[in-house]
Amino acid sequence: MSKQPAIELRNITKTFGKVVANKNVNLTAYHGEILSILGENGSGKTTLMNMISGIYFPDEGSIHVNGEEAVITSPKDAFAYKIGMIHQHFKLVDVFSAAENIILGIDDGKYNLKKSTEEIRKISEQYGFELQPEKKIYTMSVSEKQTVEIIKVLYRGADILILDEPTAVLTPQETTKLFEILRRMRDDGKCIIIITHKLHEVLSLSDRVSVLRKGEYVGTVNTAETSESELTEMMVGKKIELNINRTDVNDPKDRLIVKNISCINRQGAVVLDDISFTAKGGEILGIAGIAGSGQRELLESIAGLQHLTEGEILYHNPKTDSIDNLRDKTPVQIRELGVRLSFVPEDRLGMGLVGNMDIVDNMMLRSYTKGKSIFLQRKAPKDLANKIIEDLEVVTPGASTPVRRLSGGNVQKVLVGREIAASPKVLMVAYPVRGLDINSSYLIYNLLNEQKEKGVCVIFVGEDLDVLVELCDRIMVIGSGRITGIVDGRTTTKEEIGLLMTKSKEETKESSDDN
Amino acid sequence: MTTKQTVKSHREPLFHVAKRDDMAWWQAWLIRAVTIILSVVAVGVISMMLTEKSLFETFEIMYRGVFGRIETGSTVMLWKYLQEIAILLCLALALTPAFKMKFWNCGAEGQALMGGFAAMICMIELGGKVPDGALIAIIAVASMLTGALWGLVPAVFKAYFNTNETLFTLMMNYIATQIIAYYVYIKGGGSNIIQPVTHGNLPVIGTNRYLVNILIVAVLTVIMFVYLKYSKHGYEINVVGESQNTARYIGINVKKVIIRTMIISGAVCGIAGMLLVAGTDHTINTKTVGGQGFTAIMISWLGQFNPFIMVIMTAIVIFLRLGTAKVADTCLLNASFADIAVGIVILCVVGCEFFIRYTFKFRHKKKEETV
Repeated sequence: MSKQPAIELRNITKTFGKVVANKNVNLTAYHGEILSILGENGSGKTTLMNMISGIYFPDEGSIHVNGEEAVITSPKDAFAYKIGMIHQHFKLVDVFSAAENIILGIDDGKYNLKKSTEEIRKISEQYGFELQPEKKIYTMSVSEKQTVEIIKVLYRGADILILDEPTAVLTPQETTKLFEILRRMRDDGKCIIIITHKLHEVLSLSDRVSVLRKGEYVGTVNTAETSESELTEMMVGKKIELNINRTDVNDPKDRLIVKNISCINRQGAVVLDDISFTAKGGEILGIAGIAGSGQRELLESIAGLQHLTEGEILYHNPKTDSIDNLRDKTPVQIRELGVRLSFVPEDRLGMGLVGNMDIVDNMMLRSYTKGKSIFLQRKAPKDLANKIIEDLEVVTPGASTPVRRLSGGNVQKVLVGREIAASPKVLMVAYPVRGLDINSSYLIYNLLNEQKEKGVCVIFVGEDLDVLVELCDRIMVIGSGRITGIVDGRTTTKEEIGLLMTKSKEETKESSDDN
Repeated sequence: MTTKQTVKSHREPLFHVAKRDDMAWWQAWLIRAVTIILSVVAVGVISMMLTEKSLFETFEIMYRGVFGRIETGSTVMLWKYLQEIAILLCLALALTPAFKMKFWNCGAEGQALMGGFAAMICMIELGGKVPDGALIAIIAVASMLTGALWGLVPAVFKAYFNTNETLFTLMMNYIATQIIAYYVYIKGGGSNIIQPVTHGNLPVIGTNRYLVNILIVAVLTVIMFVYLKYSKHGYEINVVGESQNTARYIGINVKKVIIRTMIISGAVCGIAGMLLVAGTDHTINTKTVGGQGFTAIMISWLGQFNPFIMVIMTAIVIFLRLGTAKVADTCLLNASFADIAVGIVILCVVGCEFFIRYTFKFRHKKKEETV
C-alpha cells in the first residue's frame, strides 16, 4: 500500500461576509487511507469540503491534487480531478431509477442504459453494495439512496471520495455495513474523507483524524494513538465532561395518554397508524426511529396541528385533576383548557421562531395575545428575552437582533428558553441538539433533566441513539408510523433499538406487497 | 471509466459575489440617496440630449413643472403636487399591510375604482335628498365597504382554496373597469361623460380644495405606521407573512388574518377612490385612478413597507412624473417620456439594493508571496 498524497490543501481561507468559515487550513489526505475531518457544527468542515468539490471557491490558498495545483471552479472540474462528494442531503431525481440517476448529467454522447447498468452492477459487486439499478428512487430507503449517491461518484471514476456526515441518517446496522464498504474501497487504493462529529465513528473507522475548530486547523493525529477525550479536547479547545446525569424517576404520574391515534397526510398516506402510549410526569420519554417515520406528525398531533382520523389524546391536568381530550382542538383551544404544553419543533426558524424578527418579538409569539389592549406590550417579553440571554448565555449583540443572525446553538437556546419559560407540564422537543456544538448540546440536556426533576413530562425525539440511551428513562421506537417497541432506557442497547427501527421496515414492506 | 476529461484550466475567477449582512443603516441609505441623485441627473442628461437644452435648463423646466412660479407666491402647483402625492401614497399605504403578509395585492386599481364608484352612486342618487354632512358620512362608509368587498373576494379564495392572489386581484381590476365603463355609458347619455356633481363633495378647508385630501392621507400614514408596528394585528400580519407554519404553531388563525388584512387593504383603497371622486374630480371614468394602483406597488416596495419612507419615495416619483411631463410638453417630446424617466430612476433604486446586499470579493493571491 503505497502512500501518495492524493489531495493537499495549502493555506485555504474562505469568508462569508464577516464570518470566517476557514482560516489558513492545511490538510493532506493520502491514497489508501480513510481520513476523518472532525469538528463541531460550524467549525467549517463542510465549507472546506465544498471547496474541494467545486461548490465554493477559496478566497485564498491553493488546492493540489496528486502533486499538481488544481483550480476547481465547478463540480465538473472536481470530477475531472476524480473527486466525488456525497452530500448530506441527497441530490437525486425521485421518479428516476437508480441507474438513470447515476448516469444523469454525463455528457459524453454515449447514452447506453444497458451497458451502464452492467457497469453499475460490476461496481456494486466489487465493493459489496446491494443495489438494484432498476429500482426507482422514491421506493428506496435512506440507506439505499445513499448507496446510489456513492455509486454515482464511483461510476464517474472518483478516486477521492468525500462523505458529509454519512451516518447521520443510518441505523447502527446500516452504519456497520457502510463502514465495511468504505474499508474495502480504502484497500483498493482510494482516498476516503469523511466529515463527522461522532467520536466513536472516527475511532472505529479512520486511519487519521484532522480536527478543525472555529474554522481553523487544529492538527492531525493517528487514530491508533489517540483517545476520545483527547479528540474532544482538540475539538472544543478545553477539557469537558461528557456525561449526562440521569436521575431516578420519582413518583411518575400519568400525564398524557395517547390512545389508538391514526393520521393521514395530504397525499393520503398513513403517517400514524394506531399509536398508543402513556407519557408520565417526571420522566423523559425518548422517541427513536428513522427520520420521517411519523415523529413529526405525532408531536404535531399532540400540539393540535394535525387532524387525526382516529383515537384520542387525553391530558391529565394535575391542578384540577380533570381529564381533557385534546383531539381536534386548535393550539389556542388547548391553551384555553389550561393545558400547559410546550413544543420545540424540529424546524426552528420555520416553525418555532420567525427568523426576521428580533429576540423580543420572538418571545412574544407565545404571549402577545395577553391583555385586552389592541396594542402590543413589549415590556414583559423584553425582560424575558434579557433573562434568557443571561441565563442560557446566548451569544448575541443584543435583544433586538434578528434571530436568523444567531448561530444554530443560540437560536435553539432562544427557542428552548421561551418554551421552558412558559413553565410547561408537558415539554415536547424534536431533535433539540441537531446542529449544536457540544457545549450547547449538554446545556440542552441539562435543561431537559431539570424539567424532568420538576415533574414535567418530557418527550424527546432524537436521532443520536447514544444520547437517547444515556438520557431517556423509556424509549419508544417507531417505524413507518407504528410503535415497534417501548424499551427501558437503563437496560437497552443501541443495537436493540436499531433492530426495532428496521424491524418495522420489513413488516411494512410485506404489508405493502399484499396490497 | 466513462468520465469525459475536461480541460484543466488554470484560469482563476477574478472576483466573486458574496452576500453581506453587515452594512450599517446609514451606509445603506447613503447608497440609496446617491443612487437617486445620480439617476435623476442621468434623466436630466438624457432629456438634455433629446431637447438640445442645457442640463441646467432641463432641471429648471422640471422644477417649474412641479412647483410653478412659487417664488412669486403662487402655490397652485405646489398644492397640486401635494395632492398627487396624497393619492399615490394612500394607495401605497393600502397595499402595505397585504404586502407585509406576502399577499401580493395587485388590485389597488380596481379596489380604488370601486370605492370611487360607490361614492359616485351616492353623490348622484342621494345628492340633494339627504343633508350634505350626512351624505359625506354615507359616501365614506360606502366607499370603504365597496373597496373592502373588492379585496375580500380574492382573500376568501386565497384563504380557503389557495388560489393565486396576484392573478385574481389583477382580474378584479378589469371587472371594476368594465363596471365603471358601463355605468358611465348609462349615466352619461351619449357623451360617455358624467358631468361633475355638486352634492357630496368633501369640504374645502380655507381656500384650498386639496387640503382635506392631504390631511386625511397624513393621518392615515401615521395610523398605518402605528397599526403595523405596535398593534397585535400588525404583529399577526408580520408572523403570517414570515412563516405560515409559525403562525399555525402558535395558534394564529391564518385564514382570519388573511381575510381581515385584505378587508383593511381594500377599504383604504376605497378611501383613495373616495378622495379622487368626492374630493377631487366630482365625477368618474375608467381612467380616474389612472394606473396609480400599480405605481403604488413600487412605492410600497421602495419604501420597504415603512409608511414614512414611502412618503419620501412618493414625493420623488411624483416629482419626476410631473417634472418630466413638463419637459416633454415644453420640448414637444412624446408624453411617454415621463414614464421612461420614472422607469429609469426606479430601476436604478431597485438595482442599488444589489450593492447593499452583496459585495464583490477579489482574490488575494499576493498574500502567499509576502508571507
